Amino acid sequence: MFNKVLIANRGEIALRVIRACKEMGIATVAVFSDVDRAALHVTAADEAYLLGPAPARDSYLNIAKILEIARRSGAQAIHPGYGFLSENPQFARACSEAGIKFIGPPASAMELMGSKTRARQAMQAAGVPFVPGSSKGLALGEAEALANQIGYPVMIKAAAGGGGKGMRMVASPADLKSSFETAQSEAQRSFDDSEVYLEKYIANPRHIEIQVLADEHGNAIFLGERECSVQRRHQKVIEEAPSPIVDEEMRQRMGAVAVQAAKSSGYANAGTVEFLVDGERNFYFLEMNTRLQVEHPVTELVTGLDLVHLQLRIAAGETLPLSQADVRLRGHALECRIYAEDPDNNFFPSPGKIRRLIQPSGPGVREDCGVYEGWTVPLDYDPMLSKLIVHAPDRKMAIARMQRAINEYFVGGIKTNLGLFRRILANLDFQAARIDTGFLDRLLSVPADQAGASHTNNLSNTAAIAAALFSATSKPGLNGTVKTSNGNASQNEASAWKKAARTEGVRER
Amino acid sequence: MIYEVSVAGKTHKLELQRHGSSWRCTLDGSEITVDAVPTRENVLSLIIGGKSYEVKEEVVGAESNVVVGNQRFPATVRDPRSLRSRRSSAAGAEGVKKINAPMPGKVVRVLAPAGSEVDAGQGVIVIEAMKMQNELKSPKKGVVKKLTVAEGAAVDAGQTLAEVE
Repeated sequence: MFNKVLIANRGEIALRVIRACKEMGIATVAVFSDVDRAALHVTAADEAYLLGPAPARDSYLNIAKILEIARRSGAQAIHPGYGFLSENPQFARACSEAGIKFIGPPASAMELMGSKTRARQAMQAAGVPFVPGSSKGLALGEAEALANQIGYPVMIKAAAGGGGKGMRMVASPADLKSSFETAQSEAQRSFDDSEVYLEKYIANPRHIEIQVLADEHGNAIFLGERECSVQRRHQKVIEEAPSPIVDEEMRQRMGAVAVQAAKSSGYANAGTVEFLVDGERNFYFLEMNTRLQVEHPVTELVTGLDLVHLQLRIAAGETLPLSQADVRLRGHALECRIYAEDPDNNFFPSPGKIRRLIQPSGPGVREDCGVYEGWTVPLDYDPMLSKLIVHAPDRKMAIARMQRAINEYFVGGIKTNLGLFRRILANLDFQAARIDTGFLDRLLSVPADQAGASHTNNLSNTAAIAAALFSATSKPGLNGTVKTSNGNASQNEASAWKKAARTEGVRER
Repeated sequence: MIYEVSVAGKTHKLELQRHGSSWRCTLDGSEITVDAVPTRENVLSLIIGGKSYEVKEEVVGAESNVVVGNQRFPATVRDPRSLRSRRSSAAGAEGVKKINAPMPGKVVRVLAPAGSEVDAGQGVIVIEAMKMQNELKSPKKGVVKKLTVAEGAAVDAGQTLAEVE
């Protein structure tokens, strides 16, 4: 096993990996940008080194600097987390050239899966079912012919794509030319590669993915599925395991296909094979993510395994310590991605200082959090603050437990999407697992209902009393006529209370 | 002490009298006894008629909210006594409120040009960042005194875009 590992990431995932290293007796090296000096991952690591200015290209994407720090600190391996350099084959290659183990798949597998058209070709050769369409880049004429053959609607996608960029749905032949050209130019702009291909449009699919684990000796297993159908702009919002629509027979079939995909691409370490599932529960290969996923904790909770421990052991050359028969699923897990964003204002990012943080706990609650009270969320990176994960015997109780935990959660000073989760979790379609990738857009197209008006009225009186009490108990001199700011007020609540009492005393005399 | 409290658009008249941790509140003429204990900064535990509430005071930018349970209520408190004391104090920078850019971006629209009268919460400038548009609202009722940016201008985080007096 390694003696020292560098974590080339920030936020909750860097902390997640540091914790796993500590549990395994491995020393940890954190890297940070100018704005992350006081970040949790820096204080949690054994060693920490400055990368450079805040912009990612100058810090967390700076391959030369990260490798220099790895050499200087004597780290034997680098964990890339997710995002940043995690799916960059040049980085994986540079690590191995520097004699440092990259904790992830070989660069060749990353390159193969990084190109959607090459991945489709490989999956076709391996007999893996995928969405009907082309497996190579197309010219406009070819796209028109193919679309007529497989039937509209169709999707045009960028070969180098991701995150919904360079992606267009085409409903009829009349729209094909303009959509094709838009997708091409968007792909060129976003990925510096205008290659696009075409596939059949699957209406309202579910997004279900299989976690795979492969060692460097040819063994591969799968750890069940996760359903991530609750999405906004192709970004996952809530994930769960197992999927409510996957039974044991379907799980075995999907798992076999995922393992086959991993083996045929020469994969090693943790990876995820994503599928689209249609209304008839047919599943189609979508893509393979060659990294640890954000949503890996739901798999950990239902399998009882620690994926980061296993990643480290695989990277150190160990054979898989368990076989497929050892993988057993227990109960149901849900994850909510808590973001610094304002659901009432078009999900605009809301960076800034976290003035108050009250976090849930209790049975079945896990929080992988990257922030703390007093931390200023920088505007330079993804605004994810934390992942709240619950585990319960079944889906119904997992939802109730998540609702309970969300209600315990409070973030003051910045806006968060906590309210959005309350809405989703209370939604009858969500509770009945009638979800697909269009679910959240449909939910958001309806204004939030003003349920329980009398209840609200009652609470509004309590709110009025509370507002006056806050005013009465904060430091008098610091308040304006209209109380709109408490930013620097009431550092010492106790003395503020005393002052209020004294004021009262004076008035009563 | 007598307060004028606006919660979710409704204005209440509220009188508070303290007896230990117990407060006698007269809310729009009806008397309510409230036991209030601070648990953390900006967090109070209230017991009203045996019912327990955790209430939080939340300030984000120019907005001020009181959170009761899961519900968030925009709230402003007017204290007639401090109104008097403020009038007598020298009018310094406190009278002018700045509107700062929350993050780097581009000004896409000016909703209230210099010289226009605005209400508290009225949109003044729309900036776009990370492909999202965000309306920056006036922190107070007043006149837009200074507008330092024009439509199309790139702005830095924290940059003052306008002043309302």
